[in-house]
Amino acid sequence: MEKHLFLAGHTACYGCGEALGARLVVDAAGPDIITTDATGCLEVFTTRWPQSAWGVPFIHSLFENSAAIASGVEAALKALGRQAEAKVIAQGGDGGTADIGLQALSGMFERGHDILYVCYDNEAYMNTGVQRSGLTPYDSDTRTSPAGKVSWGNRFLKKDMPAIAAAHGVPYIATATVAYPKDLEAKVKKALKITGPKYVQVHVPCPLGWKSDPALTVKVAKLAADTGLYPIFEMENGVITKVRKISKPQKPVAEYLKIQGRFAHLFKKTGGEEEIKKIQEIADANIKRYGLA
Amino acid sequence: MERIKNILPPGEYFFEGNEACAEGALAAGCRFFAGYPISPSSEIMERLARRLPDVGGVFIQMEDEIASIGAVIGAAWAGAKAMTATSGPGLTLMLENIGYAIMTETPCVIVDVQRAGPSTGQATRPYQGDLMQVRWGSSGDYQIIALSPWSVQEMYEMMVEAFNLAEDYRVPVFIMSDAAIAHLRETCTVSEELSISHRVKSHGTPHFGTEDQLGVPPMASFGEGEELLITGSTHDELGYRRTQDPTVQKRLVSRLSEKILRNARDIIQTEGYFLEDAEVALVAYGICARAALEATKRAHQAGLKVGLLRLKTLWPFPEEEIKGLKVQKIFVPEMNLGQMVREAERVAEVEVVSVNRVDGEVITPGEILEAITT
Repeated sequence: MEKHLFLAGHTACYGCGEALGARLVVDAAGPDIITTDATGCLEVFTTRWPQSAWGVPFIHSLFENSAAIASGVEAALKALGRQAEAKVIAQGGDGGTADIGLQALSGMFERGHDILYVCYDNEAYMNTGVQRSGLTPYDSDTRTSPAGKVSWGNRFLKKDMPAIAAAHGVPYIATATVAYPKDLEAKVKKALKITGPKYVQVHVPCPLGWKSDPALTVKVAKLAADTGLYPIFEMENGVITKVRKISKPQKPVAEYLKIQGRFAHLFKKTGGEEEIKKIQEIADANIKRYGLA
Repeated sequence: MERIKNILPPGEYFFEGNEACAEGALAAGCRFFAGYPISPSSEIMERLARRLPDVGGVFIQMEDEIASIGAVIGAAWAGAKAMTATSGPGLTLMLENIGYAIMTETPCVIVDVQRAGPSTGQATRPYQGDLMQVRWGSSGDYQIIALSPWSVQEMYEMMVEAFNLAEDYRVPVFIMSDAAIAHLRETCTVSEELSISHRVKSHGTPHFGTEDQLGVPPMASFGEGEELLITGSTHDELGYRRTQDPTVQKRLVSRLSEKILRNARDIIQTEGYFLEDAEVALVAYGICARAALEATKRAHQAGLKVGLLRLKTLWPFPEEEIKGLKVQKIFVPEMNLGQMVREAERVAEVEVVSVNRVDGEVITPGEILEAITT
């Protein structure tokens, strides 16, 4: 059996995309890493007595400061002349990265710490019971963006975190998905060879929050990438250097939306077609912007 | 005070504490909520996310707790009755802004659904660890008001009181709930009418001082034609920064406390049970007081003269009520390592004994009874 550094026996839900994502990241990074992690599902399901899932050093920061604690670890290693011993990987969920943790992440980018920051993006606050975050997609039904008589769900677009990272001059930025593990592993390995701050955002479906079939996690993730809703790309020194082309013929976003309960209202309520059209426009704009076709 | 119709049809409802909290806020006239998810308080924001649009209000999920209380302060100055809800670690993030709200005399309600700490602690377990955090967590000298409900019904009613007190005294008012009260389901009776306080308005008078330098000034909102200059720096009665003037600092910081302390008799609410001939008194609040009442009843059945003083108001601290207890000994059961007991010791004229439970479970009547009898 293959030996993992992110171990089995944790308490994630069936079909958890985040558990899969974390395993791929940690295994690709290898044993010589120190990890930090913001409050969230990953912290909770990997650290429960008597089983830690971490085969590498792990420190839970609080919610807002994974990047800040990682900054301290990295700067101290450097000061102690120990930077060759281990790479630092800071981790957080979408809320811990794009909302409450953004200030600390911005500081980490600005100061140029030699840290790989990984955002596991499951598109809502799942640990506290599915509330929207800054990375929740448009029209998604969550506990704090409920779809109903007066609302189609979340009214805001996903915060463009890669562009925010790019604006800080971060030398390596990538998006990835658990649907394409080899691609994700290659990006982690590449990032760790680059000195300075790196940002990798991994799309990780959450069957509980997305109300999707746990058996279909990889399929759901594939459709997100293949419809253009979750563009998969690499950006080096501010320039897009590589994209994952969507499969042809182009799949309509409805195929992705209809297998998730968080979008079920779009297929039930009058006017839903118009909303789906708007989401198609988001995908089409991504395809054009990143050259995914 | 104005009598208004309740927004819910009168009758009996089966609410959990967090739902009653949200509904009580709406009844009180709250039309603005800004918050950030945190267990065990999230159901308050989740219910308000659905309910506020129904009543023409605003629900905003903010990016963190700092922004949440910031938006509440902004909304209050825009004229809304505004609130947020959180738990201990979130409250900690809010503390700087809470100090700002105290300094700028911004009425608002902050619900703290306490969980076991420190830090992340036990996110879903009840605790009473934030008594001193709300009192002393922000910098400097000040007084705040804090209330603690012991039932779902009282949670509903206290939200109305909290908004009224916030308006009456221009101060942040805390509701000290906990994970047990938050998720307890009980019958909640909704009355046909209720009394609510309105913000006191006046034209052309200072918004940060009164003539006697002791009271609560009127408060204008943005856009009402008043000159509004609001700052967290030391300011005079017109709001101008006066950070080098010892007289202004002394006057302001004294009034921020005096406006509460001089009215403490009107603010403080307690309830007594079996205290008439009691030789021993329990002093308790929140979910803990329910266990204490049951312990009191059991003690009576056993022929022991035990009474209960239940604190509905935690801050300002009910000093006179505790000082006035005609007993030989006071027991203070708390779900912490002893926070309120220090206040009780400070004011009581008899021996005070701490009874603690700190494992994230609700203290039981049996534990309290055992402490009294051994």
